[in-house]
Amino acid sequence: MSLKTFIGLCLLPLAVVVLAFFLMPMARLIVTGASGEFGLKAYAAILLEPRYRATLINTVVLSAAVTAATLAISTVAGLFLQRHHFSGRSVLIALLTFPLAFPGVVVGFMIILLAGRQGLIGHITQAFTGQKWVFAYSMEGLFLGYLYFSIPRVILTIMAAVEKLDPSLEEAARALGAGPWAVQRDVVLPALRPAFVASGAIAFATAMGAFGTAFTLATNIDVLPMLIYTEFTLSANIAMAAALSVGLGLVAWAVLALARTYGGNTVAAAG
Amino acid sequence: MRDRIIFAGQLAFTLLVTAFLVVPAVLSMMAGVTANYFRGIRSGVTLDWVWQVWGLYADTIGRSFLIALSALVVCLVVGVPAAYGLYRSGGRLSRAVEEIITLPLAIPGLAIALALLLAYGGFSDFRRSWLFILAGHVVFTMPFMVRSVIAVLAAIDVKTLDESASSLGASPWRRFRDVIVPNARPGILAGSLMVVTLSLGEFNLTWMLHTPLTKTLPVGLADSYASMRLEVASAYTLVFFIMIIPLLVAMQLYAGQSAAARRRR
Repeated sequence: MSLKTFIGLCLLPLAVVVLAFFLMPMARLIVTGASGEFGLKAYAAILLEPRYRATLINTVVLSAAVTAATLAISTVAGLFLQRHHFSGRSVLIALLTFPLAFPGVVVGFMIILLAGRQGLIGHITQAFTGQKWVFAYSMEGLFLGYLYFSIPRVILTIMAAVEKLDPSLEEAARALGAGPWAVQRDVVLPALRPAFVASGAIAFATAMGAFGTAFTLATNIDVLPMLIYTEFTLSANIAMAAALSVGLGLVAWAVLALARTYGGNTVAAAG
Repeated sequence: MRDRIIFAGQLAFTLLVTAFLVVPAVLSMMAGVTANYFRGIRSGVTLDWVWQVWGLYADTIGRSFLIALSALVVCLVVGVPAAYGLYRSGGRLSRAVEEIITLPLAIPGLAIALALLLAYGGFSDFRRSWLFILAGHVVFTMPFMVRSVIAVLAAIDVKTLDESASSLGASPWRRFRDVIVPNARPGILAGSLMVVTLSLGEFNLTWMLHTPLTKTLPVGLADSYASMRLEVASAYTLVFFIMIIPLLVAMQLYAGQSAAARRRR
């Protein structure tokens, strides 16, 4: 058997699996999206129909806010953890990255334990102010949940980027008389830009498509994955659900593809 | 002095972020063994909730393991040869193939699940069996195995090894079995840990693909969050943590080890 035949045989099972369970179904999804009462216009309805458009804007704003907050938090913590070596550092890093494998539903439950009716924040605020803060099932709760699963992903990428920074650049800046803030602002942060773009794109795309966390918390909030779910199961509006899923998939994919052209390694998105 | 203050401030901030992630997980583990969470740990420590979870949801735990291990077998049998094939053939076409198989990482699980439902919903025997969920998990986990193996193959210059084995007269299959697979072992192991961990925790696809008779652990978790008392939901989450944390620790230890090995080289 020649090498070429053998390589062909190696690739054949993958081709079958990907065609049967991914490409063919995705093609079907795209066609179905155009098969409802609106036809191809279903895709335009995502932007034109007020209810869908409002949900889309909601989801984009929430995801962008989560991405910005995650980047800020992870940069401060990541810079600190990579620059200082102290006892307990590796434990902290391990703890910060563990939630990487928590499914979205579990993240939702974590937020219920923090900010739900029997939650920790409620207990604390009741003890101090007499009022119980309960916000797990609101936009704030959802924001906190998305933050929960975004931080571990982003912090790893940022720490890896900080490790690769050339310390002599900072020394040069200091030698030229730049203060600590100026060094951060003009040397460190610009050098981390590729990592911001790459990890920010992942955080954004993951937040856009996050179904598990929304499923646990967003019973009354319109975000795109919940809209798709209710269109499919409750309204049996299968064509619109398909069109919305294609739209959601396109946005997530485009953001990641755009970020990749700017370079930078990526930690895989999941959840 | 100022440096000390900045250090303390950053440390406090980092600890706060860690607390945000860790405290709820600890709370849920505690709630799972507390007799009455509303009255706190003073009400007593009990394993009753865990037994109740076992009685209610044992089948979901078994099924999750069945699906995760089956996904692993499929990813090994299909993904490892494919990684070799993609790496050996190189070029634009194999990069395009790699691109296609990694798409499921970018596209939300909900969309993939809908696509699978539309394509196979009519085949009711398949739709009703756990194999339908397996198909979704394979699509979702395959890229992790393939990419992990390709990364190792590229790092150790397998092409030269392969060619020298070939010049000694070894057939492609023998080279694959005796040269490629042993050398790719670190990638296969890392990929396997990833596949099992992700499959055990997969919810977004599985929620759409499951039937009342094919519930997995995360699906059961969502059920219990919506309809069970907090202690039961917590005990169930505790069971999930006990399953998943050893895998995570193994993954981190392993990643640390291979990073150290790379530095030594």
